[in-house]
Amino acid sequence: MASEKVKALLGWVDERFPLSSFWNEHLARYYAPKNFNFLYFFGSLALLVLVIQIVTGIFLAMNYKPDAALAFDSIEYIMRDVNWGWLIRYLHSTGASAFFIVIYLHMFRAIFYGSFKKPRELVWLFGMVIFVLLMAEAFMGYLLPWGQMSYWGAQVIISLFGAIPIVGEDLAIWIRGDYVVADATLNRFFAFHVIAVPLALLGLVLLHLTALHTVGSNNPDGIEIKKNKDENGIPRDGIPFHPYYTVKDLFGVSVFLVVFALIVFYLPEVGGYFLEHPNFEPADPMKTPEHIAPVWYFTPFYSILRAVPDKLGGVMAMGGAIVVLFFMPWLDRCEVKSIRYRGAIFKVALALFVVSFFALGVLGTQPVTPTTTVLARTFSVIYFAFFLLLPVYSRMEKTRPVPARLTDAMIPVGQREGRHWELLRSALAKIAATGAYQRGQAYVLTLVEKIKKTCFKSQ
Amino acid sequence: MMKALLGIVIFAMSVCAQAAVSIKPLDPVDVDVFDLKSVRRGAGYYVNYCAGCHSIKHLRYSRIGQDLGLKEEDLRRDLMVGEAKLQDSLLSAMAKEDGEKWFGVPPPDLSLVARSRGAKWLYGYLRGFYLDPATPTGVNNIVYPNSAMPNVFWDLQGTQKAVIKKQGGADVIEGLALVDQGKMSPRDFDRAMADLVSFLVYAGEPAQYERLRLGKYVLFGLIILAIIFYRLKKAYWKDID
Repeated sequence: MASEKVKALLGWVDERFPLSSFWNEHLARYYAPKNFNFLYFFGSLALLVLVIQIVTGIFLAMNYKPDAALAFDSIEYIMRDVNWGWLIRYLHSTGASAFFIVIYLHMFRAIFYGSFKKPRELVWLFGMVIFVLLMAEAFMGYLLPWGQMSYWGAQVIISLFGAIPIVGEDLAIWIRGDYVVADATLNRFFAFHVIAVPLALLGLVLLHLTALHTVGSNNPDGIEIKKNKDENGIPRDGIPFHPYYTVKDLFGVSVFLVVFALIVFYLPEVGGYFLEHPNFEPADPMKTPEHIAPVWYFTPFYSILRAVPDKLGGVMAMGGAIVVLFFMPWLDRCEVKSIRYRGAIFKVALALFVVSFFALGVLGTQPVTPTTTVLARTFSVIYFAFFLLLPVYSRMEKTRPVPARLTDAMIPVGQREGRHWELLRSALAKIAATGAYQRGQAYVLTLVEKIKKTCFKSQ
Repeated sequence: MMKALLGIVIFAMSVCAQAAVSIKPLDPVDVDVFDLKSVRRGAGYYVNYCAGCHSIKHLRYSRIGQDLGLKEEDLRRDLMVGEAKLQDSLLSAMAKEDGEKWFGVPPPDLSLVARSRGAKWLYGYLRGFYLDPATPTGVNNIVYPNSAMPNVFWDLQGTQKAVIKKQGGADVIEGLALVDQGKMSPRDFDRAMADLVSFLVYAGEPAQYERLRLGKYVLFGLIILAIIFYRLKKAYWKDID
């Protein structure tokens, strides 16, 4: 009876709005490859963090004052006098860093399994625009607390525009709305941070998902599951996104939230990396901090900027480090998508790139010394070499045959080929043979049995 | 005249046998904001020794009472001065202009000093004053050289001198040694300064009590949720090979 009424209501809506077809197209009959692994959580997690940032941002905006004389104090007012204000603020500040962790892993996944390649070039390009917008959003948001690092970070980054020949200085003044970072800058950054950029972000997320759902998701094997359909036109290796990946992503979300809550409740500053210590001092245009470092997620690019001796050259290198990512789909000439079947040369190059990215990130937090400059230059060269030499070495790769059907989400260690895996296997075997390991294993097994007996008696 | 005298005294003492170094620049400090007695004692030291010049504009007396478990009469007796109202912030009576005139810089607001500088730095700073006739206040500081602040704790701590060590041809301050003891023994004074730092750490983020108390329940709930979702996923996926 009730379900009949629901059906009738749904029919009424469907005649006027494509609710059922939307639900089916994007969830219930959107077929995703069945072997997604851990790296595939970060798309839905990025969406979750976006929602966290928007919701907490609304509540922060209710109490924040975008005024150079009031901004800093209004943050402390939120932290102390607004009910749950501290929680909202920490969720937002932790969310900013979490956003970059999630997005960096999401982008790494795309490069790892070749998700940027034909036919997903537009998915990648929309994603890259999202990444650039996210950097703008984070940069402008960081000015709002109006602490020392907010102020001087913005001062340094905006002054970079001054390096552009002829129009540079005027451009920098136009961006700031003043000769230095000041109240006008704070107000416009607030407007961009809460209205312009989030709107653009939401629009691009829509485009990113639409493009993705048009071509379908890639997978750890880099196989097009749409090429192998059954008699009903359903990919043989696909499973409906809902309920399979919705329940799986819910699990991913809950694990993410455990880590997120750990930081929010026990480590909101993360040792000065998520919330920098000098930013607890109000902005003082007369007092330059001895060491200006951006928040950790910008440090790889900041390192590249500092590695180039010339100001304009540094700005171009920093911009280039981001722009070059846009060209990934055309730089990589290898036919094979997934790293599983690609040649050793690409694996080594990617590993070097990841190491360089981390190293540049660490160097960007440190004051400049002759040693760090040499290191930053070396890693910057590797960073760019990864992309610029990609058209050459991706053509020379000795790839392995790609299977016709999907394989494991994670290849078991026992099946992996290569010297380093053999070493790992023998090391694992040696550990497993020790008495301590066997005693520990026996202990854990009995413990698990005990928990099962007491907690899940009904089964 | 005083300075000259002090200089002579210091010179005389440095000629004498070197006293044992009792204080190093950044000694570790034991801060526990959940030790309410310690934070309360710290609040007392703050009001008696710091509040004359410094403000904590983001902390109200009522909030201190609520967080540290102090009743209105306790607050009035021990912490509040003059006509202060319960909902007032810990504002200093000193005008900013006067501070600037007297010390060269207005004494900073201490609401967030524990968050920008850290507990260890504060502990080192508060214990780190030593006689230096070259400065206007007669003292210098081992962790914040040429600080404009005088040593307000001299009657408790006594006076200290720098123990100089030659390092690569330059004089380096190795640590500080007591010249003459004040009202407190070094151990009691260290404890008092740790209490004061605890209070400033509390003042830097009064919400930390609520945050740290709530955290475990939120985490417990989320872990239960994760277990439920894990089993739900297993149940849904049992037919997928």
